[in-house]
Amino acid sequence: MLSFLKWPDLPSQWLKPIKPTESEEDNQSRAQALRALTYQQKNLEGYVGFANLPNQVYRKSVKRGFEFTLMVVGESGLGKSTLINSLFLTDLYSSEYPGPSHRIKKTVQVEQSKVVVKEGGVHLLLTIVDTPGFGDAVDNSNCWQPVIDHIDSKFEDYLNAESRVNRRLMPDNRVHSCLYFIAPSGHGLKPLDIEFMKRLHEKVNIIPLIAKADTMTPEECQQFKKQIMKEIQEHKIKIYEFPETDDEEEMRLVKKIKDRLPLAVVGSNTIIEVNGKRVRGRQYPWGVAEVENGEHCDFTILRNMLIRTHMQDLKDVTNNVHYENYRSKKLAAVTYNGVDNNKNKGQLTKSPLAQMEEERRDHVTKMKKMEQEMEQVFEMKVKEKLQKLKDSEVELQRRHEQMKKNLEAQHKELEEKRRQHEEEKSGWEAQQRILEQQKLEAFRTLEKNKKKKIF
Amino acid sequence: MASTEIARQAGEGARAVPLSGHVGFDSMPDQLVNKSVNHGFCFNILCVGETGLGKSTLMDTLFNTKFEGEPTQHNQPGVTLKSNTYELQESNVRLKLTIVNTVGFGDQINKEDSYKSIVEFIDAQFEAYLQEELKIKRTLHSYHDTRIHACLYFIAPTGHSLKSLDLVTMKKLDSKVNIIPIIAKSDAISKSELAKFKIKITSELVSNGVQIYQFPTDDESVAEINSTMNSHLPFAVVGSTEEVKMGNKMVKARQYPWGTVQVENENHCDFVKLREMLIRVNMEDLREQTHTRHYELYRRCKLEEMGFKDTDPDSKPFSLQETYEAKRNEFMGELQKKEEEMRQMFVQRVKEKEAELKEAEKELHEKFDRLKKLHQDEKKKLEEKKKGLDDELNTFKQKKTAAELLQSQAQQAGGSATIKRDKERKNNPWLCTE
Repeated sequence: MLSFLKWPDLPSQWLKPIKPTESEEDNQSRAQALRALTYQQKNLEGYVGFANLPNQVYRKSVKRGFEFTLMVVGESGLGKSTLINSLFLTDLYSSEYPGPSHRIKKTVQVEQSKVVVKEGGVHLLLTIVDTPGFGDAVDNSNCWQPVIDHIDSKFEDYLNAESRVNRRLMPDNRVHSCLYFIAPSGHGLKPLDIEFMKRLHEKVNIIPLIAKADTMTPEECQQFKKQIMKEIQEHKIKIYEFPETDDEEEMRLVKKIKDRLPLAVVGSNTIIEVNGKRVRGRQYPWGVAEVENGEHCDFTILRNMLIRTHMQDLKDVTNNVHYENYRSKKLAAVTYNGVDNNKNKGQLTKSPLAQMEEERRDHVTKMKKMEQEMEQVFEMKVKEKLQKLKDSEVELQRRHEQMKKNLEAQHKELEEKRRQHEEEKSGWEAQQRILEQQKLEAFRTLEKNKKKKIF
Repeated sequence: MASTEIARQAGEGARAVPLSGHVGFDSMPDQLVNKSVNHGFCFNILCVGETGLGKSTLMDTLFNTKFEGEPTQHNQPGVTLKSNTYELQESNVRLKLTIVNTVGFGDQINKEDSYKSIVEFIDAQFEAYLQEELKIKRTLHSYHDTRIHACLYFIAPTGHSLKSLDLVTMKKLDSKVNIIPIIAKSDAISKSELAKFKIKITSELVSNGVQIYQFPTDDESVAEINSTMNSHLPFAVVGSTEEVKMGNKMVKARQYPWGTVQVENENHCDFVKLREMLIRVNMEDLREQTHTRHYELYRRCKLEEMGFKDTDPDSKPFSLQETYEAKRNEFMGELQKKEEEMRQMFVQRVKEKEAELKEAEKELHEKFDRLKKLHQDEKKKLEEKKKGLDDELNTFKQKKTAAELLQSQAQQAGGSATIKRDKERKNNPWLCTE
């Protein structure tokens, strides 16, 4: 007797009815689809078992393993490496593998470190991309360019891998999130901050952080945060937004996070004993700033958000929004040969191949038309020529006829003349003969008389 | 713990670092699952089998609901595919289920083309997905995937072997879809016959090289059960939506005078096994196989057909841009060539026609030159005649003048003679003049 598979303990959130969270686009397209086809809702009269699907998905995802790429950007000395180490509770950056601030080059470099971490049976391939030299030069114009180039090159790699004829499992090396460190100056965003975020907000999920938050009092921090958010809105910078959920509890959490943006963080590599507990913190003469204390800084919120609840969403937004943006721009450029065809934006639903197909069809029609025109012109010209030929034939014929008639008339005339002449001749000849006769007779008579006379 | 695919792919350059505490990314699978559940799942089943083998009933039984449809007649002229999509929900999992039925399969006298409409349908779904994937602005995330994830092939319970139609069809489908052959209406076969039948079918499939879907055995949690099930293929199923009271429960069954066949009794048929494997254990694997194996194969063939290659002659990989640009250049070149050809053709025709017309003109001129010559000859003749006449006239005139001259002379002489005579007469009245 087969026993049913053991059900793992489903997390409580699974058993609650969860409504779909969709972006605006999804809403629209789904609404469209629904309007076109309404699928039938069927009620199940018994247990079927596809509720086990999530379990199957879980199993497969664990088997496959996960990957995540995190980029950290900020001036040197803002505590980036320390924060990463604190986030992942490991010595990603150590004396052997120094952090970006220890590797300053003359120009901004983009470098990545890959580590594999394991927890609870889940493998995570973590790539940290850092930018030593960012913002450290005297002239920082275009220091964001290497960053943009790096992100684009990862998109390009993915696009090429996706477009190959023979595809294999593609590693996802795209940058899923960018932690941007703002110096705790207390006044507002620096022009470099604004410039960077404006250029990158459509390429990557930007999560702005206030670094070294333990240099500000809570009120100063509050003020600073307000100022930053105001400036972000003013400049229409799109930082990473938490997805909407219909679940009330989740929404409350999300709202709480939203109120505390941008997150002010403190990082530490050292463990200190506080009240008998071993915590990560920074020891000052006046006390210990605990990293994981929610009242001291927003580190916990960041960690929970970045790793425990929204890591998948960051990947999804990168895949569905940022990458698709890059891809459609790239393919549009290829299809339309870089010509800025704003009017073609509506036609971007075609693939480049479909575009070529359509162009080919247009060309065929054009050719047909051309052929028809050429055919027409040809026919016309031929007709003209033939007509001319005919005309000249007719003309020549006419002349020939005329000449013939002429000749005939002349002939007739001649005949007439001859006839007359003949008549005249024969008449004269007859007359001559009569005269001759008369003469002869006269001569005879004369002779006769002569003879008579003699007697 | 076995290393994951990602870990294997990490290769060199990725070092493993230990964690000194609980970071929390072990919730990643949960996050992923959460998202999938929110998004909803979709699954598409294709049922291939002769009319009357109980396809619709089996679907109803599998999914515990009554789907639409009336039983079809046997008089279909060809094989058509009818697809219906339903939204089902179980606890919090929403499933968009599409059931595609082959209507009229096996009913025609000539069944050579029966498999064609099925293959076309499957290809059409792949094509739709491929087109969506190739679009410039695409919405893959919200795309309703219509590709067939599983094909249940219903084998008639003859008890002997597979029909040739079955072999031909399955051979055509095995590279396009996951085939799960099942023996339909298996309550018509006795247990001993069934065992033999299964062995026969399996050996026939193997000897004909038909690749049916094997339940995956690479994941430890399900490897054992899957491999056991693999040995029970093909499943012999019975479907029924009617319920019969057995003991104190209502069970799905078919009631015969000699007994009751319980659908969910494993001694009676393999329905439970089928449901386990198809829905509860391997549904996700079926979807994955369709996407990573069958769809990729289709895509690869299609792209190669269109002339795409991965590497240029130097074996350097093409970038997408290069590929498209190359394609585009080729395409433009082709169009230009066509235009040139057409122009050339016209130029040729014009030349030919001109030559023709010139010929005709020349002929015409020659003709009239001949006529002209004739005229000239005639004229000449006429001139000669005229001249002849004129000569005659002249001669005659001369003659006439000469004769008249003579006459006048004679007359003069005669006149004088007459006068003389008259004188003589006067003088000689006795001269008798007569």
